[in-house]
Amino acid sequence: MLMLPSDDNLKYVIGDPAFFSGRPLRPFDTVVRTFLARLSKRLIADAATRSMPDVMSFAWWCRKSNIEQQALIYDDNILRIGRGLVFHVTPTNVPVNFAFSWVFSLLAGNANVVRLPNRRFPQIEFLVQHIKRLLDEEPFGHISRMNVFVIYGHEDRINAAFSAIADARVLWGGDATIHTIRKFPQPARSVDICFANRYSFCILGAAQIIALEQSNLDRLVSRFFNDAYIMDQNACSSPRMVVWYGDKSQAEQAGDRFWATLRTIVEGRYELTAISSVDKLMQACRDAIELDCLSEMRRGDNRIYRIRLDSLPEDIIQRHCGSGYFYEYTTHNLDQIAPIITSSFQTLTYYGVSREELTSFVSKNQISGIDRIVPVGEAMDIGLVWDGYDLIRTLSRVCDIH
Amino acid sequence: MKTRTTVVVEELLATPPFGMESGEKRGLYAQELSDLTLHHYHCCPEYRRLSCLLGYTPDARMAVEEIPFIPVRLFKEYDLLSVGKQDIIKTMTSSGTSGQAVSRIYLDKTTAAYQTKALVRIVSSFIGNKRLPLLIVDSPSVIKSRALFSARGAGILGFSMLGRDATYMLDENNQIDFARLDAFLEKHRSSRILFFGFTFIIWEYLCQALRREGRRLEIDGILIHGGGWKQLTSIAVDNATFKKELRETCGIQSVCNYYGMVEQTGSIFMECSQGVLHASLYSDLIIRDPVTFSVLPVGQPGLVQLVSLLPSSYPGHSILTEDIGEILGEDDCPCGRKGRYFRIHGRVKNAEVRGCSDVDATQ
Repeated sequence: MLMLPSDDNLKYVIGDPAFFSGRPLRPFDTVVRTFLARLSKRLIADAATRSMPDVMSFAWWCRKSNIEQQALIYDDNILRIGRGLVFHVTPTNVPVNFAFSWVFSLLAGNANVVRLPNRRFPQIEFLVQHIKRLLDEEPFGHISRMNVFVIYGHEDRINAAFSAIADARVLWGGDATIHTIRKFPQPARSVDICFANRYSFCILGAAQIIALEQSNLDRLVSRFFNDAYIMDQNACSSPRMVVWYGDKSQAEQAGDRFWATLRTIVEGRYELTAISSVDKLMQACRDAIELDCLSEMRRGDNRIYRIRLDSLPEDIIQRHCGSGYFYEYTTHNLDQIAPIITSSFQTLTYYGVSREELTSFVSKNQISGIDRIVPVGEAMDIGLVWDGYDLIRTLSRVCDIH
Repeated sequence: MKTRTTVVVEELLATPPFGMESGEKRGLYAQELSDLTLHHYHCCPEYRRLSCLLGYTPDARMAVEEIPFIPVRLFKEYDLLSVGKQDIIKTMTSSGTSGQAVSRIYLDKTTAAYQTKALVRIVSSFIGNKRLPLLIVDSPSVIKSRALFSARGAGILGFSMLGRDATYMLDENNQIDFARLDAFLEKHRSSRILFFGFTFIIWEYLCQALRREGRRLEIDGILIHGGGWKQLTSIAVDNATFKKELRETCGIQSVCNYYGMVEQTGSIFMECSQGVLHASLYSDLIIRDPVTFSVLPVGQPGLVQLVSLLPSSYPGHSILTEDIGEILGEDDCPCGRKGRYFRIHGRVKNAEVRGCSDVDATQ
């Protein structure tokens, strides 16, 4: 049995530290699958889920058919087993992230200590209740002993205590959190999965956008809206820059159509706050002062800022603002983007660019970033492969049997 | 050599600050703010770049509402000057808690002098031209460096010129120096007393301190205070409560709030007998829709944009604050002052940051 720390400022929200077991299972264990299938059903059946789209997408991800499909991908005749105890430090401002992080590790076969965000979100309280209730049922007694969910402040000693017994740490929350947690030593064989500050962009084929019928354009732009606006353009996978693939006049025409359509959607579905409006003006002033390649700004009624660039500064993707602030660049040669692609680049969403063009762009340019290339609309679809990590394989070990 | 704008501003500083009707003021501002914008466009490289991006073209005459406005936060991130560094005689900084970025406002001799004159003109309209004995509700330690002024220090120095025998009421530890206070009151027994201080300091270190000590003062005085209501709003103290507290603890009947900021020092907005804030001849305000920035009419609350004719050494003549305010009317306040009068509702709400990176990871 593994001793979990106790501390006045440490609260075990789910699970009993006195009966904790850190021993791993094989990935996609049958009981875990049964558990997730039932959790998914319960969540989908709960009327409250409907008002929380992020909880719904989590519930949808956990459904039986999806897990079975995922299991097939890892059915590779290699004997794998979970690493043991995984310590999750989840981000404060993405409510359902803790649940995904936990489920991915659970599927890999691990016991888990999940640190919940201190900020109260209805989604978290809702999910915690469901998870807790289900873990108390049969036949989940065993996995119940393998999982605790905890809340504490910024106590170093608690971070240190969990780090000291973790076979792996999953660190969300960006560079600052990673540097904080990395100060605490872990066992020699322990691994870290770090979700650092990452940024994303989108490539749109100008001619293809022009050719779209309005109804299809509406659908595409609505998917783009989800990519960009659901997390206020602040998620690591939200597009911050749109690259128009085509010539200048095509890009002009495609841009007018695209942004006009987005504007209509934004008006109906996004509430721009006063402070974000000021933030965007502030960012525009910074850009005006600092960037030499700024050709034009269009901002209409402030809902969408379009900052048009003649060339791409190295740090363009890290210039931060969110809330509907887009850099735009036009090129008929994708290779021109390659020099600015650093390891900070995560997701590339695309429309109207062929798989061959994208593959050739990535393979011939020796780029050190971009871990995901997905169609517009799938930027937020988190999965077992995320941010360049295969979570099942990274969070399990191989028992090489000959 | 004096520019045309300088001559105009100097004339205005010799004119009663609340005598001009809005129609005339609008015409004056259209002309003078355009000239001032052009001046900053030519003299401040950063301003030139951002004003162009915001749609300014130097050869076009613009209505006051069309002149670009820059967020006050910009002064926290950049040193913005429209004169040579060698001409700067004073650098003002906003008050900010430690670790927070502060605004840095660069003043040359001309702008500093304008600000001082404007302040005197405006305040005299409320307390008369006679210089009253002045009690500063603060500690002398606030004024440390003469070249680097915090908002608190600047306010104190500015107001010091409006009274005589300026005396600090608090010691280094923000405790009331009763010996000094009693001596001051004894010396000026026959006179009305002018009080000046920051809203929160007055509440905490004067009113509440007196209550704790179980002392009550009975002073024939007029108290002017500013600096913002943020800390008091959080403990549910409003203007009416504040006034009542001063009546009860100090016997002060006349309490006057002002609204102003270090980015436009001098041209403050003072509260009249009707309890509303007034724009003087030296500055004005425009209320904008918080989201779209379109200009809002009288009676609709929105973001406060401040324009002023005084700033020539730094491009602060048209700034967008993060305060929400509402114009209540113009030219017809029963107190008799012309121009716009308004109310401030508070700060805009901070954003609930969404996204993958923690905002409080290092706290």
